[in-house]
Amino acid sequence: MYFERLLKPEKDKVETVPPGISRRTFLVTGAAAGGGLLLGFYVPARIEAKAQPSSEDIFRPNAFVCVRPNDSITLIMPQVEMGQGTYTSMPMLIAEELEVDLARVSLEAAPPDDKLYANPLLGFQVTGGSTSVMGMWEPLRRAGAVTRVMLIAAAAAQWNVDPASCRAEKGEVVHPPTSQRLTYGALVDAAAKLPVPDKVTLKDAKDFTLIGTPAKRLDTPDKVNGKAVFGIDAVVPGMKFATVAACPIFGGKLASVDDSKTKAIKGVRQVVRLDHAVAVVGDHMWAAMQGLAALDIDWDDGPNAKVSTDSIVRQMEIASQNEGVVARKDGDVEKVMPAAVKKIEAIYEMPFLAHAAMEPMNCTVHVTRDSCQIWVGTQVVSRAQATAALVTGHPPDKVQVHNHLIGGGFGRRLDVDGITQAVAIAKQVDGPVKIVWSREEDIQHDVYRPYYYDRFTAGLDEQDRLVAWRHRVTASSILARWAPPAFVNGLDEDAVNGAAKELPYSIPNILVDYVRDEPPGLTTGWWRGVGPTHNIFVVESFMDELAAATKKDPVEFRRALLGKSPRVLGVLNLAVEKAGWGNPLPAGVGRGVSVQFAMGSYLSQVAEVEVSKDGEVRVRRVVCAVDCGQIINPDTIVAQMEGGIIFGISAALWGEITLKEGGVEQRNFNDYRVLRINEAPLIEVHLVKSAEAPGGIGEPGTIGIAPAMANAIFAVTGKRIRKLPIKDQLRST
Amino acid sequence: MTSLRINGQERDLDVPDDMPLLWVLRDVLGLTGTKFGCGVALCGACTVHVDGRPIRSCITPVASIADKAITTIEAIGETPSGKKIQQAWLSLEVVQCGYCQPGQIMSAAALIEHNPNPSDAEINAAMSGNICRCGTYPRIRAAIKHASQSS
Repeated sequence: MYFERLLKPEKDKVETVPPGISRRTFLVTGAAAGGGLLLGFYVPARIEAKAQPSSEDIFRPNAFVCVRPNDSITLIMPQVEMGQGTYTSMPMLIAEELEVDLARVSLEAAPPDDKLYANPLLGFQVTGGSTSVMGMWEPLRRAGAVTRVMLIAAAAAQWNVDPASCRAEKGEVVHPPTSQRLTYGALVDAAAKLPVPDKVTLKDAKDFTLIGTPAKRLDTPDKVNGKAVFGIDAVVPGMKFATVAACPIFGGKLASVDDSKTKAIKGVRQVVRLDHAVAVVGDHMWAAMQGLAALDIDWDDGPNAKVSTDSIVRQMEIASQNEGVVARKDGDVEKVMPAAVKKIEAIYEMPFLAHAAMEPMNCTVHVTRDSCQIWVGTQVVSRAQATAALVTGHPPDKVQVHNHLIGGGFGRRLDVDGITQAVAIAKQVDGPVKIVWSREEDIQHDVYRPYYYDRFTAGLDEQDRLVAWRHRVTASSILARWAPPAFVNGLDEDAVNGAAKELPYSIPNILVDYVRDEPPGLTTGWWRGVGPTHNIFVVESFMDELAAATKKDPVEFRRALLGKSPRVLGVLNLAVEKAGWGNPLPAGVGRGVSVQFAMGSYLSQVAEVEVSKDGEVRVRRVVCAVDCGQIINPDTIVAQMEGGIIFGISAALWGEITLKEGGVEQRNFNDYRVLRINEAPLIEVHLVKSAEAPGGIGEPGTIGIAPAMANAIFAVTGKRIRKLPIKDQLRST
Repeated sequence: MTSLRINGQERDLDVPDDMPLLWVLRDVLGLTGTKFGCGVALCGACTVHVDGRPIRSCITPVASIADKAITTIEAIGETPSGKKIQQAWLSLEVVQCGYCQPGQIMSAAALIEHNPNPSDAEINAAMSGNICRCGTYPRIRAAIKHASQSS
């Protein structure tokens, strides 16, 4: 997820809308000043002080906290839970200031509402880009503090004492001089009548009792006993079940379908035709699946029937010869490069990738004459509402979206294509219908991580110093489709995220540019680590090539160029120290390193990779150093590093989506291979203690593992991986 | 009419003989703890116990298990091994998104029920059929060992 602001996360910054720009435009495009903010900054807790009117039965001073007279405390979660721990870290932010035990709170998913629940870093309601903690760090603590201050004021008024002589602890307000105490529930009535304060003071980090501790996760108890409800588990009375086949060739249409055999199957209720897909509705998934298999479908292949990975890459190769839009220009590469004593060139390629989350795409919908209800797990609940409104023609306030726990997001659920399709199907069905994609459909109709084609040239002087760096990225623009106002002057900032402004190395002449090239037919989208997953791989691999070309140790080569990046240097030094860089390794095992600044956090990884005689690659151990600023929950960070690294290893080893005759070749876990427990390495995570503003941690682990692996492979085999996946590249013919 | 014994309860169901147990559990009985992940026994998300042994319910037709004891994630906590595994999962914070975990827990509970002190190789053999995209494998391994030790 690209957003400029991450480079320098700033606390308490509220933008004022410049005159002449509509608020909507400003929110999405951001301020022109300040170095080119691309995406807006919205602080709902400050601008909308009172979310819902409070009443006798509920005290709601803001959009996030509800206290009831029975003393129950409900926190409304603006960020969805997809395993990355928001349903614990977000409550921790509120509870720290609200002075309440986590065990006491219950959680609700926020309804669609961009005004109340916008992600401050992205300008609308979205969970992604590792932005939850960064975005909600201030608003949620503020929400907890405001609530606490009002409860104290209510108690103080009741006791006729100075509020400053009261304090809040564990869900009660106490007045130590007189030993009086009242539960929050008892103060609901009185607090609801008070004005919401404009200013509150937040705790100093040294006074944190919850933030920074490995608090037990709130969502996990129900996830070990079958009680947790994911989107796919929604049960709606009278619900039917459906599965769907969209045209396997992107851009093709449904020509005709013979459903005679299908209708004879017991349990099949209905066949629904869309312009590019057909669905079978039945009493249960088995009837629906059998019904779908029994359809005789004629597709109109459309314009993309000859598209293949080869044709796509050939097109990219040609496009990469064009001038790109400049993303970074330091010094004068055009003058210095031709004069360089030594020039090193490389072309890197990274494949399309599927997400393959364990929960296949699904959506339960009930469309009536004047309303629409949706049960789903989505990272963009307000966009879900908007697309349903569009498809049904109902006004958004008649569209209810019940968001759920997500069985794996990884960026897949930042798109609402599945919801759009489900609502279109449900329009033709009486009553509620749950649409579930097969795994094959999920893989073949994914929104894919783009293919990347990178050209590098580096220039070295007579002392082997790196004096010129030229990098051209050729790729699809996700931003142009997903957030058009953020695609400014032809530059997709995500496509160069990690390669341009974030490049940590001191190189006097740098030229980075971007050429947009769109593959015909398929849709590209966000995949864990987004732009940095691509750029850190190519940059850190190419840096390693330069280290080898100058006969320098890869760590030493980097150290010498990180003088202006102390926090990058910090994690590099920590990782290599803990990894024992330089210590002997068994035969057939190599070590590789990577560094990154992405999503507001600094990471370095050292991978130990074994390459067998037959060219089989196995990651044995990964050491990861993390500097993410202020830590919210250290255990969550370790878990996200472990998980992110494993996710990245699968992709590096085997991940690729290939196209043939206009359709995706891969279908299930047999040909879209992912890591299993027996293939997982030892992973050691070391956290840097820091008081800096918090950075993101959901994606960084995935970002740096592939280059560390490729560099390790080079160290042990002398073979440079310039194209992912690694797969069979090392096997002898 | 098929009669199935699920979590100790006899259920008479009007379902086709070839209907996989997974869909009977989820769609007919509303027992949604057992998950759909791939439909072809490659991912393990649908794992349940039949007479105490782990099977993939997505490819198990109900007719083949009509006279057997079926246990799902909803009831595994009532068995000593299931309870130990669930407690270990929580102690070590194994879970991330949680979607694969019912299947992981069912496989793990069967493992330690029949092999109270499994080696790494035995853990690999028992658990490699369960995919986790969140990458909780290191903690799954540690939790199985932790549960084994708490005997």
